[in-house]
Amino acid sequence: MRRVVVLGPQRHVITVTEELNLLGISGRIATITAGWQERESEDDELSAALGNRAVNLRLHARTDDVFAQDRQLFAAHRHRQDNLRQLQDIYRMRLDHLMAAASVLMSRQGPAALLEPERQDTIEQLQALDAHHLRRIRDVHDAFEAQELPGERRALAQHRAEVQGILAECEAVAVAGGHVSTLIGRMRLMDVAAGMLDKPILAWSAGAMVLTDRVVAFHDRPPEGAGNPEVLDVGLGLAPGIIALPHATARLKLDDAPRMALFSRRFFPADCICLDPGDRGRLDGRTWHFVAGTRRLSRDGVPVAASPEAA
Amino acid sequence: MILAIHQLERHPDLDSRAVDSFIRRHHFPLIEGPRVTFVWRGHADAVHLRHWVFGLASAQPFHRLSHTDLWYLTIDLPRGSRFEYKFDVVRGSHSQWIRDPLNPNIAHDPFGANSVCQAEGYEVPDWCLNDPDARQGTLHELMLNNTAFGGPRPLTVYLPARYRETRRYPLLIVHDGGDYLRYARLKTVLDNLIHRLEVAPMIVALTHPKNRMDEYPNDPHHAQYIVEQVLPFMERNYPVFGTPAQRCLMGASFGGVASLSTAWRYPGVFGKLLLQSGSFAFTDIGENKRGPAFDRVVQFVNAFRENPGRPAEKVYMSCGTYESLIYENRSMVPFLQSHGLEVRYDEARDGHNWENWRDRQQSALAWLFPGPLWFVYE
Repeated sequence: MRRVVVLGPQRHVITVTEELNLLGISGRIATITAGWQERESEDDELSAALGNRAVNLRLHARTDDVFAQDRQLFAAHRHRQDNLRQLQDIYRMRLDHLMAAASVLMSRQGPAALLEPERQDTIEQLQALDAHHLRRIRDVHDAFEAQELPGERRALAQHRAEVQGILAECEAVAVAGGHVSTLIGRMRLMDVAAGMLDKPILAWSAGAMVLTDRVVAFHDRPPEGAGNPEVLDVGLGLAPGIIALPHATARLKLDDAPRMALFSRRFFPADCICLDPGDRGRLDGRTWHFVAGTRRLSRDGVPVAASPEAA
Repeated sequence: MILAIHQLERHPDLDSRAVDSFIRRHHFPLIEGPRVTFVWRGHADAVHLRHWVFGLASAQPFHRLSHTDLWYLTIDLPRGSRFEYKFDVVRGSHSQWIRDPLNPNIAHDPFGANSVCQAEGYEVPDWCLNDPDARQGTLHELMLNNTAFGGPRPLTVYLPARYRETRRYPLLIVHDGGDYLRYARLKTVLDNLIHRLEVAPMIVALTHPKNRMDEYPNDPHHAQYIVEQVLPFMERNYPVFGTPAQRCLMGASFGGVASLSTAWRYPGVFGKLLLQSGSFAFTDIGENKRGPAFDRVVQFVNAFRENPGRPAEKVYMSCGTYESLIYENRSMVPFLQSHGLEVRYDEARDGHNWENWRDRQQSALAWLFPGPLWFVYE
């Protein structure tokens, strides 16, 4: 039975220790802090929170080492990133127009019998665009795998083997936050998910996002003005059925019901789960359980208790 | 509400000591809601407020408070305003422009320094102040030889904190680089905005003109220098993306004209432009009325408006509503948009000065080169 715990940010409210105890983890814990990029190894506080049983997989440093040794792979990786960046730009362009129409419709007052089918149709167009974009991203990743055969490249294979070896000796895996694209990119390249399948996983912030089916980036308050939530990458699929929203209160206009309703309906049937400090969700096999206080976005765009028992 | 100056005026024993006390008790200029009172103390025949607020008479006379040597002027100022000024103190046939001795707030520019008036609601952005937590980028002074101008030219390169040769960065080329560093705190701004993840770490080439009034209004040598010398030099020596979408040309005032004209002469090279208070003077009919310095500007802008082509994809523009160029900048926005360019335009209640251009940097750079804030979830 797969056991996954998603948590709110751990900087000020540390809940990972308690969750480890609840899971009965007494052995070593593999940690992934690749989202911290160059600061990957500055993990003393995290290690202490995990009872000084942490073994950092050093995925960021390992990837740098692979790229330094295998310039061809580095060039291919960079080419893939360029393609993904361009795809994202094009997607964003299409998304902006659809979101503009959808936003107007969500706020428009009028007879529900007239408006609702129009809203639904617009949302379905958004869902179709998101699904299309996800397919294109997957195609880019597949092409990279097929052309470069990364698993057969010496430097990478060596690091992958070492990572799998460490994972095999660990009882659980903890995935911290940070830069979500960097994190998932390095986890994917090191093929780390394969070694995580049979272990309890605890993840927070960007770490929770990469475990889901779709990585959705969002920010309603950046200095350049609120953008549209965008599908950023294919997730690892280890925490299915949810869209993880770390720092939801700080990053989202949760009191803007039409905006949140559009968010929630667009990503349906996934549940949009707010992961503020202290929030927690536990996946036992196929069922999510959320602790009291953890919220999800309702279909009407209102943050409500994430699961009935959490009400 | 009775203004403090009028309360003083009604003082039963209005004498030198009452004025001393009044000055001791207040900061100047004295902001009272939307009203601003300037004071100057001393012997003079007249005192005027000299400012650069287009729309107000450029010299506003002070009144002398009866039986005292205190001169004052109260004006209305919209919330959020900021402007620079001097006092013109007239004694006989002699007139002297001085900074407000009671106002410690000063803005520097290539011509010296002015006093600064900040109305209610204006705040210096915290991201342009030194932040000890922000990691520092570095400045490198270089020299480019055999330039299109026929001699060497200095170039300053900004590398962001945690610069790594294995990464790739957007490239920003800045006109009047030295002035942006000195008067608009560009390095501090870049360090802070990058540290806050609001702006992408970038490499910045800061150019330094010899004679900007000659080189900036659509000079082919200048465009050649930027595109055929500065740009290739930067792309050869630094890990920049090397695509139009990741290249931006920036400038203020005549530097805005230089940016636009360079991009216009070399379409497809720069994907982004950052144009602050561009001197985009033009004529629909008749002669240029701004003087000979603008002849080549008007010639260029008229030609550009006739045949704009596609100088870039994304353009950030800003202008102060107290500038004489506000009309030209406002009219440029729909013009560019109607030709398919994506434009963001900001206005501020400020004048044609470096602190206005400083204050718009967050909005400009975060829009043109958004930082990883979207992607970082700690």
